[in-house]
Amino acid sequence: MPSLKDVKVKIAGVKKTKQITKAMNMVASAKLRGAQQRIERFRPYASKFYDMLGDLASKADSSVHPLLEVREEIKTCGIVLATSDRGLCGSFNSNLITTALKLAAKKAAEGKKVKFYCVGKKGRDAARKTDHEVAMALADQMGSFDFQLANRIGLDVINAYLTRELDEVIMVYGEFVSMAKQLPIALPILPIAPKEEEAAPAAPASNKEYIYEPAVEGLLAELLPRFIKVQLYRGLLDTSASEHAARMAAMDNATRSCDDMIGSLTLLFNKTRQASITRDLMDIVGGAEALKG
Amino acid sequence: MEKSLHLEIVTPDRLVLSEKVDYVGAPGYEGEFGILPNHIPFLSALNIGSLYYKAGGKTHWIFVSGGFAEVSDNKVTVLAESAERAEDIDLERARKAKERAEQRLAQAKEKLDSARAQAALQRALARMRVRGAA
Repeated sequence: MPSLKDVKVKIAGVKKTKQITKAMNMVASAKLRGAQQRIERFRPYASKFYDMLGDLASKADSSVHPLLEVREEIKTCGIVLATSDRGLCGSFNSNLITTALKLAAKKAAEGKKVKFYCVGKKGRDAARKTDHEVAMALADQMGSFDFQLANRIGLDVINAYLTRELDEVIMVYGEFVSMAKQLPIALPILPIAPKEEEAAPAAPASNKEYIYEPAVEGLLAELLPRFIKVQLYRGLLDTSASEHAARMAAMDNATRSCDDMIGSLTLLFNKTRQASITRDLMDIVGGAEALKG
Repeated sequence: MEKSLHLEIVTPDRLVLSEKVDYVGAPGYEGEFGILPNHIPFLSALNIGSLYYKAGGKTHWIFVSGGFAEVSDNKVTVLAESAERAEDIDLERARKAKERAEQRLAQAKEKLDSARAQAALQRALARMRVRGAA
Protein backbone atom coordinates (compact mmCIF):
# COMPACT_ATOMS: atom_id res chain seq x y z
CA MET A 1 0.00 0.00 0.00
CA PRO A 2 1.48 3.40 -0.98
CA SER A 3 1.61 6.04 1.70
CA LEU A 4 -1.03 8.75 1.84
CA LYS A 5 1.48 11.43 0.93
CA ASP A 6 2.69 9.57 -2.18
CA VAL A 7 -0.84 9.35 -3.55
CA LYS A 8 -1.46 13.01 -2.83
CA VAL A 9 1.68 14.06 -4.68
CA LYS A 10 0.76 11.89 -7.61
CA ILE A 11 -2.74 13.37 -7.85
CA ALA A 12 -1.29 16.87 -7.82
CA GLY A 13 1.10 15.90 -10.62
CA VAL A 14 -1.63 14.45 -12.82
CA LYS A 15 -3.73 17.56 -12.22
CA LYS A 16 -0.87 19.73 -13.47
CA THR A 17 -0.51 17.59 -16.58
CA LYS A 18 -4.20 17.94 -17.18
CA GLN A 19 -3.94 21.69 -17.02
CA ILE A 20 -1.23 21.63 -19.66
CA THR A 21 -3.05 19.30 -22.00
CA LYS A 22 -6.21 21.33 -21.62
CA ALA A 23 -4.36 24.54 -22.42
CA MET A 24 -2.73 22.94 -25.45
CA ASN A 25 -6.12 21.79 -26.63
CA MET A 26 -7.46 25.31 -26.45
CA VAL A 27 -4.42 26.79 -28.19
CA ALA A 28 -4.73 24.18 -30.94
CA SER A 29 -8.40 24.94 -31.39
CA ALA A 30 -7.68 28.66 -31.73
CA LYS A 31 -4.94 27.94 -34.25
CA LEU A 32 -7.18 25.57 -36.12
CA ARG A 33 -9.72 28.31 -36.52
CA GLY A 34 -7.01 30.55 -37.94
CA ALA A 35 -5.87 27.86 -40.33
CA GLN A 36 -9.40 27.20 -41.48
CA GLN A 37 -9.92 30.89 -42.09
CA ARG A 38 -6.84 30.97 -44.24
CA ILE A 39 -8.12 28.05 -46.29
CA GLU A 40 -11.38 29.96 -46.62
CA ARG A 41 -9.58 33.09 -47.74
CA PHE A 42 -7.49 31.16 -50.21
CA ARG A 43 -10.54 29.62 -51.86
CA PRO A 44 -11.59 32.61 -54.02
CA TYR A 45 -8.08 32.89 -55.39
CA ALA A 46 -7.84 29.19 -56.11
CA SER A 47 -11.23 28.93 -57.77
CA LYS A 48 -10.63 31.98 -59.99
CA PHE A 49 -7.24 30.61 -60.82
CA TYR A 50 -8.61 27.23 -61.84
CA ASP A 51 -11.26 28.94 -63.96
CA MET A 52 -8.67 30.97 -65.76
CA LEU A 53 -6.35 28.05 -66.29
CA GLY A 54 -9.10 25.73 -67.44
CA ASP A 55 -10.32 28.34 -69.86
CA LEU A 56 -6.86 28.81 -71.32
CA ALA A 57 -5.96 25.16 -71.41
CA SER A 58 -9.02 24.43 -73.52
CA LYS A 59 -7.80 26.96 -76.08
CA ALA A 60 -4.12 26.16 -76.27
CA ASP A 61 -2.19 23.20 -77.48
CA SER A 62 -0.94 22.42 -74.01
CA SER A 63 1.40 19.60 -75.00
CA VAL A 64 4.08 22.12 -75.86
CA HIS A 65 4.97 23.26 -72.38
CA PRO A 66 7.86 21.44 -70.65
CA LEU A 67 6.02 21.30 -67.32
CA LEU A 68 3.27 19.23 -68.94
CA GLU A 69 5.53 16.80 -70.72
CA VAL A 70 5.65 13.31 -69.26
CA ARG A 71 9.18 12.01 -69.43
CA GLU A 72 9.75 8.49 -70.62
CA GLU A 73 12.65 7.75 -68.38
CA ILE A 74 12.31 8.80 -64.79
CA LYS A 75 15.61 8.84 -62.97
CA THR A 76 15.00 11.09 -60.02
CA CYS A 77 11.88 11.59 -58.00
CA GLY A 78 11.40 14.57 -55.74
CA ILE A 79 9.20 14.20 -52.68
CA VAL A 80 7.89 17.33 -51.03
CA LEU A 81 7.05 16.32 -47.48
CA ALA A 82 4.95 18.67 -45.40
CA THR A 83 4.81 17.92 -41.67
CA SER A 84 4.51 19.93 -38.49
CA ASP A 85 7.36 21.40 -36.51
CA ARG A 86 6.11 20.16 -33.18
CA GLY A 87 4.97 16.85 -31.85
CA LEU A 88 2.20 16.00 -29.40
CA CYS A 89 -0.33 15.64 -32.15
CA GLY A 90 -1.04 11.96 -32.11
CA SER A 91 -0.05 9.89 -35.10
CA PHE A 92 -0.32 12.83 -37.49
CA ASN A 93 3.36 13.21 -38.31
CA SER A 94 4.18 9.54 -38.18
CA ASN A 95 1.37 8.83 -40.66
CA LEU A 96 2.78 11.40 -43.06
CA ILE A 97 6.32 10.18 -42.63
CA THR A 98 5.33 6.54 -43.12
CA THR A 99 3.51 7.47 -46.32
CA ALA A 100 6.52 9.39 -47.60
CA LEU A 101 9.04 6.71 -46.67
CA LYS A 102 6.93 3.99 -48.24
CA LEU A 103 6.73 6.04 -51.39
CA ALA A 104 10.49 6.63 -51.32
CA ALA A 105 11.14 2.93 -50.81
CA LYS A 106 8.89 2.10 -53.72
CA LYS A 107 10.63 4.60 -55.99
CA ALA A 108 14.03 3.37 -54.85
CA ALA A 109 13.01 -0.20 -55.63
CA GLU A 110 12.19 0.94 -59.15
CA GLY A 111 15.76 2.14 -59.46
CA LYS A 112 15.00 5.82 -59.07
CA LYS A 113 16.87 8.31 -56.99
CA VAL A 114 14.82 10.07 -54.36
CA LYS A 115 15.29 13.63 -53.17
CA PHE A 116 13.41 15.05 -50.21
CA TYR A 117 12.12 18.58 -49.91
CA CYS A 118 10.97 18.94 -46.34
CA VAL A 119 8.82 21.53 -44.66
CA GLY A 120 8.54 21.05 -40.92
CA LYS A 121 11.01 19.70 -38.40
CA LYS A 122 9.46 16.29 -37.93
CA GLY A 123 9.67 15.37 -41.59
CA ARG A 124 13.15 16.75 -41.90
CA ASP A 125 14.43 14.71 -38.98
CA ALA A 126 12.90 11.57 -40.42
CA ALA A 127 14.23 12.22 -43.92
CA ARG A 128 17.73 12.85 -42.64
CA LYS A 129 17.78 9.41 -41.09
CA THR A 130 17.27 7.77 -44.48
CA ASP A 131 19.89 7.28 -47.19
CA HIS A 132 18.09 9.66 -49.52
CA GLU A 133 19.27 13.13 -50.23
CA VAL A 134 17.52 15.99 -48.46
CA ALA A 135 17.64 18.76 -51.04
CA MET A 136 15.74 21.29 -48.99
CA ALA A 137 14.78 21.49 -45.35
CA LEU A 138 12.61 24.30 -44.07
CA ALA A 139 12.06 24.14 -40.33
CA ASP A 140 10.09 26.47 -38.07
CA GLN A 141 7.97 27.70 -40.94
CA MET A 142 4.66 26.01 -40.27
CA GLY A 143 3.81 28.34 -37.41
CA SER A 144 3.26 31.31 -39.68
CA PHE A 145 3.76 31.08 -43.38
CA ASP A 146 2.35 32.83 -46.40
CA PHE A 147 2.39 32.29 -50.11
CA GLN A 148 6.09 33.14 -50.22
CA LEU A 149 6.88 29.77 -48.66
CA ALA A 150 5.06 27.95 -51.44
CA ASN A 151 6.76 30.29 -53.86
CA ARG A 152 10.18 29.32 -52.57
CA ILE A 153 9.57 25.60 -52.72
CA GLY A 154 7.86 25.97 -56.09
CA LEU A 155 10.77 27.87 -57.63
CA ASP A 156 13.28 25.32 -56.41
CA VAL A 157 11.26 22.35 -57.57
CA ILE A 158 10.46 23.85 -60.96
CA ASN A 159 14.07 24.80 -61.58
CA ALA A 160 15.26 21.34 -60.63
CA TYR A 161 12.64 19.89 -62.93
CA LEU A 162 13.56 22.06 -65.87
CA THR A 163 17.27 21.32 -65.49
CA ARG A 164 16.39 17.63 -65.37
CA GLU A 165 17.63 17.17 -61.83
CA LEU A 166 14.14 15.91 -61.09
CA ASP A 167 11.89 14.00 -63.43
CA GLU A 168 8.82 13.89 -61.28
CA VAL A 169 7.65 15.54 -58.09
CA ILE A 170 5.17 14.22 -55.56
CA MET A 171 3.87 16.06 -52.55
CA VAL A 172 2.97 14.28 -49.34
CA TYR A 173 0.72 16.31 -47.10
CA GLY A 174 -2.06 15.91 -44.58
CA GLU A 175 -5.41 16.54 -46.13
CA PHE A 176 -7.93 18.10 -43.81
CA VAL A 177 -11.07 16.06 -44.33
CA SER A 178 -12.84 16.91 -41.12
CA MET A 179 -12.13 17.59 -37.48
CA ALA A 180 -11.89 13.89 -36.80
CA LYS A 181 -10.23 12.81 -40.00
CA GLN A 182 -6.95 13.82 -41.56
CA LEU A 183 -5.53 11.78 -44.38
CA PRO A 184 -1.95 11.56 -45.59
CA ILE A 185 -2.09 12.18 -49.34
CA ALA A 186 0.56 11.68 -52.00
CA LEU A 187 -0.26 14.10 -54.79
CA PRO A 188 1.74 14.15 -58.03
CA ILE A 189 2.75 17.75 -58.70
CA LEU A 190 5.03 17.47 -61.71
CA PRO A 191 4.59 16.83 -64.56
CA ILE A 192 1.22 18.55 -64.42
CA ALA A 193 -1.52 16.13 -65.25
CA PRO A 194 -4.23 17.64 -67.41
CA LYS A 195 -7.43 17.83 -65.41
CA GLU A 196 -10.55 17.50 -67.47
CA GLU A 197 -13.02 18.13 -64.69
CA GLU A 198 -11.41 21.46 -63.81
CA ALA A 199 -11.81 22.66 -67.36
CA ALA A 200 -15.45 21.68 -67.68
CA PRO A 201 -17.17 24.38 -65.57
CA ALA A 202 -15.27 27.09 -67.43
CA ALA A 203 -16.69 25.99 -70.77
CA PRO A 204 -19.58 28.50 -71.01
CA ALA A 205 -17.24 31.40 -70.34
CA SER A 206 -15.02 30.37 -73.20
CA ASN A 207 -17.64 31.42 -75.71
CA LYS A 208 -16.54 34.95 -75.11
CA GLU A 209 -13.78 36.21 -77.35
CA TYR A 210 -10.95 37.33 -75.14
CA ILE A 211 -7.95 39.38 -76.08
CA TYR A 212 -4.90 37.68 -74.67
CA GLU A 213 -1.75 39.44 -73.74
CA PRO A 214 0.70 37.80 -74.26
CA ALA A 215 -0.72 35.15 -76.58
CA VAL A 216 -2.35 32.04 -75.12
CA GLU A 217 0.84 29.97 -75.06
CA GLY A 218 2.76 32.76 -73.37
CA LEU A 219 0.06 33.19 -70.75
CA LEU A 220 0.01 29.49 -70.13
CA ALA A 221 3.76 29.54 -69.58
CA GLU A 222 3.16 32.15 -66.87
CA LEU A 223 0.21 30.36 -65.34
CA LEU A 224 1.56 26.82 -65.10
CA PRO A 225 4.45 27.49 -62.69
CA ARG A 226 1.98 29.40 -60.57
CA PHE A 227 -0.39 26.47 -60.66
CA ILE A 228 2.30 24.37 -59.01
CA LYS A 229 2.75 26.97 -56.31
CA VAL A 230 -1.00 27.15 -55.77
CA GLN A 231 -1.10 23.41 -55.27
CA LEU A 232 1.86 23.49 -52.90
CA TYR A 233 0.26 26.29 -50.93
CA ARG A 234 -2.99 24.40 -50.67
CA GLY A 235 -1.10 21.37 -49.42
CA LEU A 236 0.68 23.45 -46.81
CA LEU A 237 -2.54 25.09 -45.63
CA ASP A 238 -4.22 21.71 -45.33
CA THR A 239 -1.28 20.26 -43.45
CA SER A 240 -1.37 23.13 -41.00
CA ALA A 241 -5.10 22.76 -40.38
CA SER A 242 -4.74 18.99 -40.04
CA GLU A 243 -1.92 19.39 -37.58
CA HIS A 244 -3.99 21.53 -35.29
CA ALA A 245 -7.02 19.27 -35.60
CA ALA A 246 -4.86 16.25 -34.80
CA ARG A 247 -3.35 18.02 -31.82
CA MET A 248 -6.77 18.99 -30.56
CA ALA A 249 -7.93 15.37 -30.69
CA ALA A 250 -4.74 14.11 -29.07
CA MET A 251 -4.92 16.67 -26.27
CA ASP A 252 -8.60 15.96 -25.76
CA ASN A 253 -7.78 12.30 -25.27
CA ALA A 254 -4.95 13.16 -22.94
CA THR A 255 -7.20 15.38 -20.84
CA ARG A 256 -9.75 12.61 -20.59
CA SER A 257 -7.08 10.09 -19.56
CA CYS A 258 -5.97 12.54 -16.90
CA ASP A 259 -9.53 12.69 -15.58
CA ASP A 260 -9.71 8.90 -15.43
CA MET A 261 -6.39 8.75 -13.67
CA ILE A 262 -7.36 11.40 -11.15
CA GLY A 263 -10.55 9.43 -10.46
CA SER A 264 -8.80 6.16 -9.75
CA LEU A 265 -6.06 7.87 -7.76
CA THR A 266 -8.63 9.66 -5.61
CA LEU A 267 -10.28 6.32 -4.94
CA LEU A 268 -6.95 4.90 -3.91
CA PHE A 269 -6.33 7.93 -1.73
CA ASN A 270 -9.65 7.48 0.05
CA LYS A 271 -9.07 3.77 0.52
CA THR A 272 -5.64 4.37 1.93
CA ARG A 273 -6.95 7.02 4.29
CA GLN A 274 -9.80 4.78 5.42
CA ALA A 275 -7.36 1.94 6.01
CA SER A 276 -5.16 4.07 8.20
CA ILE A 277 -8.18 5.33 10.19
CA THR A 278 -9.36 1.78 10.72
CA ARG A 279 -5.88 0.78 11.84
CA ASP A 280 -5.74 3.65 14.32
CA LEU A 281 -9.20 2.81 15.67
CA MET A 282 -8.23 -0.80 16.14
CA ASP A 283 -5.21 0.34 18.15
CA ILE A 284 -7.32 2.57 20.39
CA VAL A 285 -10.02 -0.05 20.91
CA GLY A 286 -7.33 -2.67 21.57
CA GLY A 287 -5.64 -0.39 24.11
CA ALA A 288 -8.94 0.37 25.89
CA GLU A 289 -9.80 -3.35 26.08
CA ALA A 290 -6.38 -4.05 27.60
CA LEU A 291 -6.82 -1.36 30.27
CA LYS A 292 -10.30 -2.68 31.19
CA GLY A 293 -9.06 -6.19 31.59
CA MET B 1 -24.51 51.08 -70.73
CA GLU B 2 -22.70 50.49 -67.48
CA LYS B 3 -20.85 53.50 -66.20
CA SER B 4 -18.58 51.85 -63.68
CA LEU B 5 -16.35 48.84 -63.25
CA HIS B 6 -16.12 46.40 -60.42
CA LEU B 7 -12.51 45.90 -59.40
CA GLU B 8 -11.51 42.90 -57.34
CA ILE B 9 -7.97 42.13 -56.25
CA VAL B 10 -7.33 38.72 -54.72
CA THR B 11 -4.14 37.25 -53.33
CA PRO B 12 -3.67 33.78 -51.88
CA ASP B 13 -3.80 35.28 -48.39
CA ARG B 14 -6.80 37.55 -48.66
CA LEU B 15 -9.19 39.65 -50.67
CA VAL B 16 -7.34 42.92 -50.94
CA LEU B 17 -10.01 45.01 -52.57
CA SER B 18 -13.51 44.82 -53.97
CA GLU B 19 -14.86 48.16 -55.11
CA LYS B 20 -16.77 50.08 -57.75
CA VAL B 21 -14.33 52.17 -59.76
CA ASP B 22 -14.31 54.35 -62.86
CA TYR B 23 -10.97 53.45 -64.34
CA VAL B 24 -8.20 50.89 -63.84
CA GLY B 25 -4.65 51.23 -65.07
CA ALA B 26 -2.41 48.20 -64.77
CA PRO B 27 1.16 47.23 -65.60
CA GLY B 28 0.54 44.69 -68.36
CA TYR B 29 3.01 42.16 -69.60
CA GLU B 30 3.51 44.11 -72.82
CA GLY B 31 3.15 47.57 -71.37
CA GLU B 32 0.66 49.47 -69.31
CA PHE B 33 -2.99 49.27 -70.22
CA GLY B 34 -6.09 51.08 -69.10
CA ILE B 35 -9.58 49.73 -68.61
CA LEU B 36 -12.71 51.83 -68.90
CA PRO B 37 -16.28 50.58 -68.49
CA ASN B 38 -17.57 48.34 -71.29
CA HIS B 39 -14.13 47.09 -72.19
CA ILE B 40 -14.12 43.93 -74.30
CA PRO B 41 -13.07 40.68 -72.56
CA PHE B 42 -9.39 40.77 -71.92
CA LEU B 43 -6.86 38.59 -70.12
CA SER B 44 -3.32 39.66 -69.42
CA ALA B 45 -0.34 38.72 -67.34
CA LEU B 46 0.90 41.56 -65.16
CA ASN B 47 4.38 42.81 -64.56
CA ILE B 48 5.72 43.75 -61.18
CA GLY B 49 4.61 47.31 -60.69
CA SER B 50 1.89 49.69 -59.74
CA LEU B 51 -1.77 49.32 -60.48
CA TYR B 52 -4.01 52.33 -60.01
CA TYR B 53 -7.70 52.96 -60.09
CA LYS B 54 -9.86 56.04 -60.09
CA ALA B 55 -12.97 56.20 -58.00
CA GLY B 56 -14.94 59.32 -57.11
CA GLY B 57 -12.32 61.59 -58.64
CA LYS B 58 -9.51 60.15 -56.55
CA THR B 59 -6.64 58.00 -57.72
CA HIS B 60 -5.48 55.09 -55.58
CA TRP B 61 -2.26 53.14 -56.03
CA ILE B 62 -1.67 49.48 -55.37
CA PHE B 63 1.51 47.50 -55.66
CA VAL B 64 1.12 44.15 -57.44
CA SER B 65 3.54 41.38 -58.28
CA GLY B 66 3.17 38.13 -60.11
CA GLY B 67 -0.38 38.62 -61.20
CA PHE B 68 -3.01 38.28 -63.88
CA ALA B 69 -5.87 40.52 -64.78
CA GLU B 70 -9.12 39.41 -66.30
CA VAL B 71 -11.71 41.77 -67.68
CA SER B 72 -15.19 40.67 -68.59
CA ASP B 73 -18.68 42.12 -68.16
CA ASN B 74 -17.38 45.23 -66.47
CA LYS B 75 -15.62 43.14 -63.89
CA VAL B 76 -11.89 43.43 -63.45
CA THR B 77 -10.40 40.56 -61.49
CA VAL B 78 -6.77 40.72 -60.52
CA LEU B 79 -5.09 37.60 -59.20
CA ALA B 80 -1.73 38.49 -57.72
CA GLU B 81 0.88 36.71 -55.63
CA SER B 82 1.09 39.83 -53.56
CA ALA B 83 -0.78 43.08 -53.58
CA GLU B 84 -0.53 45.98 -51.16
CA ARG B 85 -2.30 49.31 -51.01
CA ALA B 86 0.10 52.21 -51.15
CA GLU B 87 -0.70 53.25 -47.59
CA ASP B 88 0.08 49.76 -46.27
CA ILE B 89 3.54 49.55 -47.78
CA ASP B 90 6.39 49.50 -45.34
CA LEU B 91 8.89 51.87 -46.90
CA GLU B 92 11.68 50.94 -44.53
CA ARG B 93 11.30 47.28 -45.37
CA ALA B 94 11.30 47.98 -49.09
CA ARG B 95 14.44 50.03 -48.74
CA LYS B 96 16.18 47.23 -46.88
CA ALA B 97 15.01 44.71 -49.45
CA LYS B 98 16.45 46.92 -52.17
CA GLU B 99 19.84 47.08 -50.47
CA ARG B 100 19.83 43.32 -49.94
CA ALA B 101 18.94 42.67 -53.54
CA GLU B 102 21.65 45.00 -54.78
CA GLN B 103 24.21 43.24 -52.63
CA ARG B 104 23.11 39.85 -53.86
CA LEU B 105 23.16 41.07 -57.41
CA ALA B 106 26.76 42.20 -57.03
CA GLN B 107 27.83 38.85 -55.60
CA ALA B 108 25.64 36.50 -57.60
CA LYS B 109 27.61 34.00 -59.60
CA GLU B 110 24.92 31.77 -60.95
CA LYS B 111 22.40 32.94 -63.46
CA LEU B 112 19.56 31.73 -61.25
CA ASP B 113 20.70 33.76 -58.24
CA SER B 114 21.04 36.89 -60.24
CA ALA B 115 17.61 36.45 -61.79
CA ARG B 116 16.07 36.11 -58.34
CA ALA B 117 17.93 39.10 -56.99
CA GLN B 118 16.87 41.09 -60.01
CA ALA B 119 13.23 40.21 -59.37
CA ALA B 120 13.57 41.12 -55.70
CA LEU B 121 15.13 44.43 -56.66
CA GLN B 122 12.30 45.19 -59.05
CA ARG B 123 9.72 44.42 -56.38
CA ALA B 124 11.44 46.69 -53.89
CA LEU B 125 11.73 49.53 -56.39
CA ALA B 126 8.10 49.18 -57.44
CA ARG B 127 6.98 49.23 -53.81
CA MET B 128 8.92 52.40 -53.20
CA ARG B 129 7.48 54.01 -56.32
CA VAL B 130 3.93 53.13 -55.31
CA ARG B 131 4.49 54.49 -51.81
CA GLY B 132 5.94 57.65 -53.28
CA ALA B 133 2.99 58.15 -55.62
CA ALA B 134 0.39 57.95 -52.88
